[in-house]
Amino acid sequence: MPPDPAIRLRELSKTFTATERESGMGAALASLVHRRRQEVVAVDGISFDLAPGEIVGFLGPNGAGKTTTLKMLSGLLHASGGELSVLGHVPWKREKAFLRKITLVMGQRNQLVWDIPAADSFELNRAIYRIPAADFRATVSELTDLLDLGPILRKPVRTLSLGERMKCEVAAALLHRPQVVFLDEPTIGLDVTMQRRIRAFIAEYNQRSGATVLLTSHYMADVEALCRRVIVIHHGRLLFDGELAALVGKFTAHKTIVVKLDEGADAAAGAGLAAYGEVVSEEDGAVTLRVPRAETARVTGRILADLPVVDLTVEDPPIEEVIERVFAGEKP
Amino acid sequence: MRGLAEVYRQQFRTTFASFVQYRASIFIWMIDRILDPVIYLVVWSVVSRSTGGSVGGFTPGRFAAYFITTMLVTQVTYTWVMFEYEYRIRHGSLSFALLRPIHPIHTDLVDNISSKLITLPLMILAAAALIVIFKPEFSLVPWAVLLFVPALLMAFAVKFITEWTLALSAFWTTRVSAVNQGYFVAALFLSGQMAPLTLLPHPLQVAAALLPFRWTISFPVELFLGRLAPREALIGLAAQAAWLVLGLFLLRTVWRAGVRVYSAVGA
Repeated sequence: MPPDPAIRLRELSKTFTATERESGMGAALASLVHRRRQEVVAVDGISFDLAPGEIVGFLGPNGAGKTTTLKMLSGLLHASGGELSVLGHVPWKREKAFLRKITLVMGQRNQLVWDIPAADSFELNRAIYRIPAADFRATVSELTDLLDLGPILRKPVRTLSLGERMKCEVAAALLHRPQVVFLDEPTIGLDVTMQRRIRAFIAEYNQRSGATVLLTSHYMADVEALCRRVIVIHHGRLLFDGELAALVGKFTAHKTIVVKLDEGADAAAGAGLAAYGEVVSEEDGAVTLRVPRAETARVTGRILADLPVVDLTVEDPPIEEVIERVFAGEKP
Repeated sequence: MRGLAEVYRQQFRTTFASFVQYRASIFIWMIDRILDPVIYLVVWSVVSRSTGGSVGGFTPGRFAAYFITTMLVTQVTYTWVMFEYEYRIRHGSLSFALLRPIHPIHTDLVDNISSKLITLPLMILAAAALIVIFKPEFSLVPWAVLLFVPALLMAFAVKFITEWTLALSAFWTTRVSAVNQGYFVAALFLSGQMAPLTLLPHPLQVAAALLPFRWTISFPVELFLGRLAPREALIGLAAQAAWLVLGLFLLRTVWRAGVRVYSAVGA
């Protein structure tokens, strides 16, 4: 028999009531007397299970309901309908036993005390989560190694760079060794090196601790590096739940090649690019081509051999585009 | 219990360390708490001299004793959480507090006490200077001074719990500043900050005693100045205890309802 799921959602939904009005003075006055209320369905009956130790990417465009779902999972929001269980707890009861087993990292917000070194905030978390002293020391030293925190732990948080601060945030959120980790855009705003660092760390933490991880990100690279399985939602509904490879293969049958030719090249050479693939756009001398995935290497080689190329990049379509296609039900 | 004590110890370290960074603004707020009573003291002294040396039994020396004591009691009992809650809710910092396995009131309590410990030495210096300048007439009674200590601590507890509960109005309304204004105007008159309560019209005195206001500032001041009979002192302590119990009950109820609203609407 498979183990009980760490996270279990059944027909989970969340509806907000929002007041709305037209712009302008008249409408403003009218809204004093009568407020028009509108129901906004943020999450519309989604179901899935996460097995203990699984690391899953939770994707969708802005406003898809990802953050709302994460907030329900971490107990910050009451669901409007459906069932939810995280490690056997109903999250929004916010039992202490539950809160000690989970963590939520929000890339755009911080919990560390701004004016003091992160090490002091860690001590505070130790007390709040009642982490035994020996465990605490071991965890801090492990996190310090993995995230290379050494010197930055002693500096006031406000003097740290965004990347350094994010590393400290992540470490602070994991001191109590949560069994379930919710990550909401943990790499947002970070440079590529730092993104890679955080990513590698999350993978390592998952390996070492066996924690269940649910991650949202707009960076395809995060998802590719970390998640075998992805769940895609849009307009609050579940669109895809399965292997990442299946999602990418199925919905991004193409890659894009951006080519910049030498300024001296004649117009004919530029126009000739159409022979290598579908020209999607042409801007500032850079031509974007769409080519079948399997052809990418061959086409790239040909372009480099045939044309006076100054710059060439090969990219996956942006995650938003992949999701858009999943949503549109576009066939490969 | 040991767990909570450890949280307080760590929270003290953190808060103290970060408040030291804000010395300047803390001292500016402190100046406000010194200037307020000094202004009332000067005004009442003038009034008292122009009406033959006394208003309602208060000579300039008595007024000086009253307002210097009020200043020190205000220093111990003031809170600022009402100004912060709306921000916490709108900007989501409350979310982090809710994710922790501890009630957020503990952090506020420690913050409050820390800021007072930082400013206490200067407050005492300020009081000493005012004593030299205004020559207050104290007529202290030993038993009353002794009872003043629990009365002062209870006054702080009642004020802290009351204002923390009122601050939770931010869960329901975005017009928190109106709630705050209403409360602070009432407190200015009814807690004895602007004038001794005995100088107010009778209905206001009754209101001050029925509401928590008198018990948060005026009562410990009256007790310290030896203006209360033993029976009145005991009634005051009982009133404080009653408000504390009621306040804690309301806090619990309002907090639960507020968090439910918050978690329904989101942040």
